[in-house]
Amino acid sequence: MIELAGIHRTFEVGGQPVRALRDVTLRIAGGEYVSIMGASGSGKSTLLNLLGCLDRPSAGSYRFGGEETAAMGELELSNLRRHRIGFVFQFFHLVPRLTAAGNVELPMVFAGVPPAERRERAAQALARVGLTPRAEHRPSQLSGGEQQRVAIARAVVMRPSLLLADEPTGNLDSASGREIVDLIEGMNAEGLTLVVVTHDPLLGVRARRQVRLADGVVVADETAGARGTASGAERGSA
Amino acid sequence: MRFADLFQFAAGGLRGHRLRTSLSVLGVGIGVASVILLTGLGEGAREYVTGEFASLGSNLLILIPGKTETRGLAPLISVAPHDLTLRDVDALRERVPGISRIAPVAFGTATVKVGERGRQVLVVGTTREMLEIRHLQMATGRFLPRDVRDAPLCVIGARVQRELFPGVNPLGQIVRVGEWRFRVIGVIAPRGVSVGMDLDEVVEIPVETALRLFNRSSLFRVLVEVRSHTALPEVERAVIDVLRERHAGQEDVTVLTQNAVLSTFNQILGVLTAALAGIAAISLGVAGLGIMNVMLVSVSERTHEIGLLRAVGATARQVVGVFLVEAVLLSTLGGCVGVLTGLGVGQVLERIYPDFPVHAPAWAILAAIVVSGSVGLLFGMLPARQAARLDPVQALVGRQT
Repeated sequence: MIELAGIHRTFEVGGQPVRALRDVTLRIAGGEYVSIMGASGSGKSTLLNLLGCLDRPSAGSYRFGGEETAAMGELELSNLRRHRIGFVFQFFHLVPRLTAAGNVELPMVFAGVPPAERRERAAQALARVGLTPRAEHRPSQLSGGEQQRVAIARAVVMRPSLLLADEPTGNLDSASGREIVDLIEGMNAEGLTLVVVTHDPLLGVRARRQVRLADGVVVADETAGARGTASGAERGSA
Repeated sequence: MRFADLFQFAAGGLRGHRLRTSLSVLGVGIGVASVILLTGLGEGAREYVTGEFASLGSNLLILIPGKTETRGLAPLISVAPHDLTLRDVDALRERVPGISRIAPVAFGTATVKVGERGRQVLVVGTTREMLEIRHLQMATGRFLPRDVRDAPLCVIGARVQRELFPGVNPLGQIVRVGEWRFRVIGVIAPRGVSVGMDLDEVVEIPVETALRLFNRSSLFRVLVEVRSHTALPEVERAVIDVLRERHAGQEDVTVLTQNAVLSTFNQILGVLTAALAGIAAISLGVAGLGIMNVMLVSVSERTHEIGLLRAVGATARQVVGVFLVEAVLLSTLGGCVGVLTGLGVGQVLERIYPDFPVHAPAWAILAAIVVSGSVGLLFGMLPARQAARLDPVQALVGRQT
């Protein structure tokens, strides 16, 4: 589903070029569960932003579902994010003035889904993350774990094929963190491709496939064959 | 994206900051209210002056001794080698058939005394035709008798009566004007200021008596009423011809038609209204800057939100839409507040000064709302585009680049 070939990403910081990613080549098949690990500054967030089409590579080819993203315009990339990619962030990024249901509806609002259908799908997504009784609460009235579950409902409400999670447990206590991990792993088990960026080894090793970055270079790409039975991992490394 | 959703989302953004929203609404409101009030004042002034002149009757010619090149208004420099005399008036009455009435006017101020009570008033020397031309009403008694030009008789204004004859029937009483004695034969009904002259504060006496009283040889004005409005230009020419002939071939009398005076006033007051509207527009522009400022603050505060919107698939254009609709909503709301305030204050002013109507014209109200909406559009453009130009990645971590 995802094919990165010879990806470079270079930033200018104070006039100095910083090479955040260097010659990254990576294939991720549909339904895989991949963790991207590395120290701070290793380029893992840059890689995630590229995968999510929030950013464009300086060089190299990124094909999403067989289509070259470099050839896409701003509108097509927005469309791709809207329909194919869900994001979960470390800091949740809920809109404070909207209720839980309102936040989940947000992607559908910008996609032009009619209100009645929006409400129904948002209710379903909230039910899926176990937050139906909290649907009319605002983010400030929810615990961290609940906020992250709202964010997950929002990420999957457009039924994307790829879920990108950036340190999804980084801002949560361990109990809430475990709930969140169970939730997104459950979605992966239902076929959603899951890419988790983390520097937390305990979270990272849960993925069947672990990609390690150091200084913008992929230094390891291991598939733990012992764990799980999904064939996605084999296809991915093939 | 549906427009109703865009609208709702933008309105939600404004509801999130009630104080800030109401302050910028107030800013636009004050701008719009001042546009409406000031144009209303200008329009009111125009209507007032127009109404005053209409009360003169529209078939009027005003003759002023002296001639300048200035058209439309009273001459600035009078060059009057020949007096405008009562004999000129008689000649005009005889020789210009289009004239229905003609009233000579001599002016002066004098102290009018009854016993020890004295009062400085305007003394108008004229004839009975003044009553008919100016449509004066008598409170009591009668006006100067027909064909009397020289007699010790006077008609007094309502306030002169109140001040000099408190609780006394003035008819038949004697007043002294300067050193001369006059018998009161009538009181003019209260009318107030009309065409710059307080009719309640005059004493009217026969014209020839007035000329002798003030030791003048020339009349101050001659009011000519023409039989029909269509005959006005023709009568104007005839009047000028007759007077030129009588004044040794010199055209030394200025003839004002009411139309000329009116259109001059209309022009002046139109410019005044435009100037007032311009001043008010400045405050509207300042309000626009206020909106821009508020929107810029809003963009920088909501950087995370903008990044999120982009991440969930909002296009740059949709982000522009969100912030533009917010700005237009803000300013249009201000426009409506301003229109209501302006009209309300206008009503209050009208109650306090019933003589001077504040009539904000319909076009000003409509323009105020449209302009305030456009102000939002114009001044919202920069912040909205700034929001859309944010790099989603940087915005998500709260950095503006």
